[in-house]
This record gives sequence, C-alpha cells and structure tokens, in this order.
Amino acid sequence: MTFRQFLLQRLTAAAMVPLIVVHIVVIFIATRDGLSAAEILERTRGSVGWALFYGLFVVLAAAHGAIGVRNVLAEWTGLARSRLDIFMWVFGLSLFGLGMRAVVAVVGAS
Amino acid sequence: MSDTLSVSIWRGGENGCYTAYQVPARENQTVLDVVTHVQRHLDPTLSYRFACRVGMCGSCAMTVNGRPRWTCRTHVSHVSDNGRLEIGPIANMPVIKDLTVDMTRFFEAWQSAQARFEPSRTRDDEIAIVKPDSPARIAADAAIECINCGVCWAACDTVRWNDDYLGPAALNRAWTLVNDERDGGNISRLKAITVNGGCQACHAHQACADHCPKALSPTASIAGLKRRAMSAYIRGELK
Amino acid sequence: MKITTRSTAAERPNTSAHRRDTLWLAALVHRISGVLLACFLPLHFLALGLAIEGEARLEGFLRWTDSTLVKLAEAGLVFLLTVHLLGGLRILVLETLQFTKGQKQWAMFAGAIALVLAIAFVVSFGV
Repeated sequence: MTFRQFLLQRLTAAAMVPLIVVHIVVIFIATRDGLSAAEILERTRGSVGWALFYGLFVVLAAAHGAIGVRNVLAEWTGLARSRLDIFMWVFGLSLFGLGMRAVVAVVGAS
Repeated sequence: MSDTLSVSIWRGGENGCYTAYQVPARENQTVLDVVTHVQRHLDPTLSYRFACRVGMCGSCAMTVNGRPRWTCRTHVSHVSDNGRLEIGPIANMPVIKDLTVDMTRFFEAWQSAQARFEPSRTRDDEIAIVKPDSPARIAADAAIECINCGVCWAACDTVRWNDDYLGPAALNRAWTLVNDERDGGNISRLKAITVNGGCQACHAHQACADHCPKALSPTASIAGLKRRAMSAYIRGELK
Repeated sequence: MKITTRSTAAERPNTSAHRRDTLWLAALVHRISGVLLACFLPLHFLALGLAIEGEARLEGFLRWTDSTLVKLAEAGLVFLLTVHLLGGLRILVLETLQFTKGQKQWAMFAGAIALVLAIAFVVSFGV
C-alpha cells in the first residue's frame, strides 16, 4: 500500500463515519414496520438530498473497499503487485458502477 | 512443586523439530537458566545466544510457550504450563541453528528507515541546547531506550505478512530522530518511512507494545510518524 | 536425560501465542468484517438496482427477504457494519491523535455495541 492509498483509505473512512451513522439509523427506522419498496422509493424518489448522500457514500465506499481488500490480498496471498493493482481498480470501478446504478434506480424510480 | 521440568527445545534449522529434555526444577529459575543447564549438562551441541543475563543487552530473546521474551528476565514459575516449557527461536527471522536466528533483515530495515542520526552541525558550531522538557524531547525520550532485541519484530504479524514492512523497532527509532531537533535528515527520513512497507503498513495490532521488555510502544511512535507523514504529504514534501 | 521426539509432519516453531490477545483479535474482526462487507456491497447494489425495473420488482425481492433466515443474516450485516465502523474509529483516533490509551476497552466496547445493535435489529422483527 502506497502512502497515498493509505491516506485515501483513512480519509474515506473518516468521511463515511457520519454517513454510516445516518445509514444505520435509516435502517432501523425503515425496517420498523416492515420494509417495503413503496416506503423506500417514496423517500428517495426525486430527492436531490438522498441522491447526493448515497452518491457520495458510493464513491467513498468504492475507494475504501477496493484499497482495503487489496491490502488483505497483499498480506494474505502471494499475488504480485501488478495483479493486486488490477484487482483493486476492477473491484473499485465495479462497486462505483453498480452503486451509481442503484442510486439512479431509487432516485429516478417510476 | 515437582522435581523436574519437561522442557521442549527447538533443535535444528528451519526444518528442525522440538526435542524433549528433563531439567531439575529450582525455586528461583529463569528460562535462560534452563537453557544453560541443557547446554552444559545434557547436550553441549545446543546453540543459543546470551550475554549480560541481567536484562540489559537483549541478546537472549527466544520464543517461550509461543511468545517472544527475554529469557533471562522470564521466571519459569511465571510461564511454565504445569511444569512444561516450550522454547524456540524468535519468529520472523530465519533460523540459523536451534535458538539462534539471522537478524539481517531486522537490521537492514533499520537502515532503510533511515533510523540513524544525521548531524546538522559541525564541531565548529555551537553545541545544541536541547531542553529535556520540550514536547519533542519528551516524545523522543519515551521511545529512546530500544536496544534492538528483536522481540517486537518477532511479535508482529505485519512483519510476518508483509515482506516490505520496516517493522516496529526501526520505525520507533525513526520517530525518536524525527523528534530530535539536532537531526538534519528529516525530509529524506519521512520519505524513507513512507515507502511501500513503511509506517502506513502498521495495523496497530499492538503486539509490539505488549511484548516490549522495556515497555516501549512502537505503536505510539508509528502513530506519531503517520501523523507527521500526513502533514508532510499535504505540504508536498513527500514527492 | 535427553529424550528425542520426532514428528512425521514438518514441524515449525510455535510462535503464535500473541494471536490470543484482545487487540490482535480486534484487528482480525475488523479485517474479516471489512472483507465480508465488501462482498456484500455488490449484492446490495444489485438488489436496490431492481428498482430500475419498477417498484413491483423491488417489492418482490423485499418480500423474499422477509424470511427469518434472511432477517438473521441482515442482523449479522448490522453487526459487521457497526463493529467495522467502531473498530475503524478506534484506529483513526489512534493514528490522528496519537491516542493509545484504553485500546482494549474500546475494542471490547465496539464488539459489545455491535452485538447489541444486531440483537435490537432481530428483536424489532419479533423473530
């Protein structure tokens, strides 16, 4: 892990702390009377606020998760550095892509 | 208390095995006493290191019942598992023979981390006045007593898992120098401790601090280095 | 008196007793929870992405998650997220403030709070 990756991992972690707290609260509130699609989408549909919240969350989680898993693989497998970097980018971009698609899905839902 | 200890000692190199010995148990006995007894009375071919035998030199570090310790400062009564002891070479260093290990990588990390004093004055300059109660000196003094015994290195799984990791001792010493106002090498030193395997590789398991026989905390020193390196990075000094 | 014992399998010196220590275990929990969350995240995104095909599609999937087994798995996820967050906070504070006191207590506290939240999650469903 380069020092820059380390810094990015710590910064994304710190930035996500408040987002995760909100997310956990939302989980408990949303699942209180049973979870329904109508309930979720009613909250997120057309909401700029939730779009920004989850959009940011996705970017941070993608970077943090990709660097973190790369670290685990580096220490617990014998994979070469180039392979690790490829994995990190593929995994990170996949999370980003899938995550943004999910944000678009719940914010732009019909 | 039983008359004898059942002692299992690692014999051979990397591909050796534990060998059992029966050693007379005594009221006051250190693990080093046990090893010495085996070598003197049971098997003269046993290889091990020691020097001062009073907890000052750090030469006698061995793995005792799974943990790296100074054997001269480890009383048998504190660690014996029902009269049984298992003694081996310390971890994360290639085994030369029996209880002796090759510390080359440990000391190379010391140099790679630039954990050596870089003078900034000559004999013709004024003597530096270092206030003992300055925050930097207090920070350096808290970590300065390291005698390179290798126990922290042996206890650290990040050393085990990451071939590039500079390790707790080298980074701890680098921290004392970062806080030494007489030292002139900190820009290159901060670069040296942020390479792949530098201070950022530490996961804060804190096994180093738990096992250090001098109660030092490389964890705290490395945290200090991380903080210093983060500021240097933001100021563009790490390029 | 010397007795030689030889084993048939290749022996290695036993050097792992430190892996029973609280902070080592905390680091392991932090690592495993992170990996599991990373594995879960794509599935989470795919599930939410079902809304692209309309509300009914998402609703169908959510009804599948009503089963007890899934709810217990979700409680597990709440545990993983909370323990990873609190453990990570411990490391962030250690590294940015050079604060090394109370580490073991914090680690145990983090585990306890995560467990409480996971149990609260389960209880809220009357499972």
